[in-house]
Amino acid sequence: MFIRSQMLSQAAAGIAVAGAFGLVTVWAPAQAQESVKVGLILPMTGGQASTGKQIDNAVKLYMQQKGDTVAGKKIEIILKDDGAVPDNTKRIAQELIVNDKVSFIAGFGVTPAALAVAPLATQAKIPEIVMAAGTSIITERSPYIVRTSFTLAQSSTIIGDWAAKNGIKKVATLTSDYAPGNDALTFFKQNFTAGGGQIVEEVKVPLANPDFAPFLQRMKDSKPDAVFVFVPAGQGGNFMKQYAERGLDKTGIKVIGPGDVMDDDLLNGMGDAALGAVTAHHYSAAHPSAMNKEFVAAYKKAYGNRPGFMAVSGYDGIHMIYEALKKTGGKTDGDALVAAMKGMKWESPRGPISIDPETRDIVQNIYIRKVEKVGGELYSVEFATFEAVKDSGKTKK
Amino acid sequence: MTTLFTILFDGVAYGMLLFVLACGLAVTLGLMNFVNLAHGAFAMTGGYVCAVLVNQSGWPFFAALPLAFVVSAAIGVALERSLYRHLYTRSHLDQVLFSVGLVFMSVAAVDYIMGSSRIFIKLPAALEGQIDFFGVGVGRYRLMIIVICGLLTAGLQLVLARTRFGSRLRAAVDDPRAASGLGINVPQVFAFTFAFGCGLAGLGGALSAEILGLDPYFPLKFMIYFLIVVTVGGSSSITGPFLASLLLGIGDVAGKYYVPKMGPFVIYTIMIVILIWRPNGLFGRTAAR
Repeated sequence: MFIRSQMLSQAAAGIAVAGAFGLVTVWAPAQAQESVKVGLILPMTGGQASTGKQIDNAVKLYMQQKGDTVAGKKIEIILKDDGAVPDNTKRIAQELIVNDKVSFIAGFGVTPAALAVAPLATQAKIPEIVMAAGTSIITERSPYIVRTSFTLAQSSTIIGDWAAKNGIKKVATLTSDYAPGNDALTFFKQNFTAGGGQIVEEVKVPLANPDFAPFLQRMKDSKPDAVFVFVPAGQGGNFMKQYAERGLDKTGIKVIGPGDVMDDDLLNGMGDAALGAVTAHHYSAAHPSAMNKEFVAAYKKAYGNRPGFMAVSGYDGIHMIYEALKKTGGKTDGDALVAAMKGMKWESPRGPISIDPETRDIVQNIYIRKVEKVGGELYSVEFATFEAVKDSGKTKK
Repeated sequence: MTTLFTILFDGVAYGMLLFVLACGLAVTLGLMNFVNLAHGAFAMTGGYVCAVLVNQSGWPFFAALPLAFVVSAAIGVALERSLYRHLYTRSHLDQVLFSVGLVFMSVAAVDYIMGSSRIFIKLPAALEGQIDFFGVGVGRYRLMIIVICGLLTAGLQLVLARTRFGSRLRAAVDDPRAASGLGINVPQVFAFTFAFGCGLAGLGGALSAEILGLDPYFPLKFMIYFLIVVTVGGSSSITGPFLASLLLGIGDVAGKYYVPKMGPFVIYTIMIVILIWRPNGLFGRTAAR
């Protein structure tokens, strides 16, 4: 809303460019006061659009709450849609850096998008704030990348340990066949087998998979204690419904995995089939801290639905940009900004978090949660906490 | 052994679903010779109509299914009268560009109205879970799909082959000028047929939401499947696409079960092999029209 009202008041100066395939640019014009521009590249259309919307919503919410001025400078968000296509991301980032002279590029719904921009961030010495993509290697691709989302290694190693220690001996895995899915599988397997567990079946599902029936039948026939599952957020609902259809819930086969499957966005749509699923993740809308209750209430009031883990990453991402600018006194030198972010600690709606000064990746609590009914709605309710988990994808090296 | 039957059952159900989704396209593409790539958009419409009626207005699922058909058919007839009919005589390229444009518009419109999240239709409890049939797990929902689609196929075949309307349609397609000279109202026959194809797509969309998922990108994601069914089946009859759907459905499910590492490619392999063997599809006409 706020971008729109600014546009109306400054219609003469505002420029809206609609490119091919609905790429939309909203350019909030500069005030008389000096401004800092943040290029926010998100998938606002296409299959990953819910990620983009959550992050965009959260960034707007934060700026409404905290104002749009930091260290005497006005913050301008330039939102661009890349449709999660890396070629678009790269071209848009180039435009933002060269034409708009942004001081930050942020967002990145998927891993390939974040990777496509890494060389540009290095070349232009501009901080790249990753707010969604979750593959371990991302922050290693440029010294200017800082991540506020999560890595799949963080949650998958924890659930692997937890499963091995909690009476789960045999696991069948079902993961989407792309980088995050392979990360989830590798790190789960490593920790689960080290804890004495056994993988009885390993199935990689194509990313654009319409029907889980044959894969689920394979899971069922291999008679595991639990199914470890990672599919991109949108497919989680289909997976759970077909899991119940095939009667896997009645055979006592549990569902475990990183929390992406149980995105708050989709949880209610899955129905009671999701009840009892145990996942490890950094955020649930049911996180019981006062700060989170406030965050969830404000988000619901503004947008009518509850925030998911992507929203909290966006909220923390823009917070980190604000705090870094405070530290540099409004200076936008890339090296100084990245130095200011390294080691930064703060309280997020998800709990205490910090930026690892060595890897520039996020360090956060990982919670083990179980899907339960709270007030007629489904939530992932946290019951165990692993504190200050680093990305094990790098610490192992 | 029981696993084999389960796979076979799942494959037949998946194939039937593909058939209902694609047979409307077989009608428009095969019989009317119109390349309507926006077919999936009508399927999506049916899915969303059913979802809104069931989830928001509290309609029973089985009452919402016919409405999914009716609304998609109504939109189909409105678009046919206003837009499509001007393109019957144009080249296939024009038709492709026009209908792909429609797809993008429908994606954007549904995204704007319904949001981009995937939605699910609340099913009655009677359709959930499995029945044990001599040790073979039979999914109730999939069983329902087989029953509905089986009846539809039989009905469709009867209408096309045995009724007065069927022969008028075939006449109108083969030689529109002679047909109208004989007193057949060709535009009306075409409009009705087109609407019926769209209605079938809508019904397929409503039925498929549970298995394939429903979001605004549905028409783009499944366009390729519709086209495979029609290409493999050949576009001159209904039996061709029907057998093709079954073959592809069973092949896809069995491939994913027995060779999961290459599972997703099985459907394409089948297509390529069949097209090398019979370039016009299983039941294609050998002579060009």
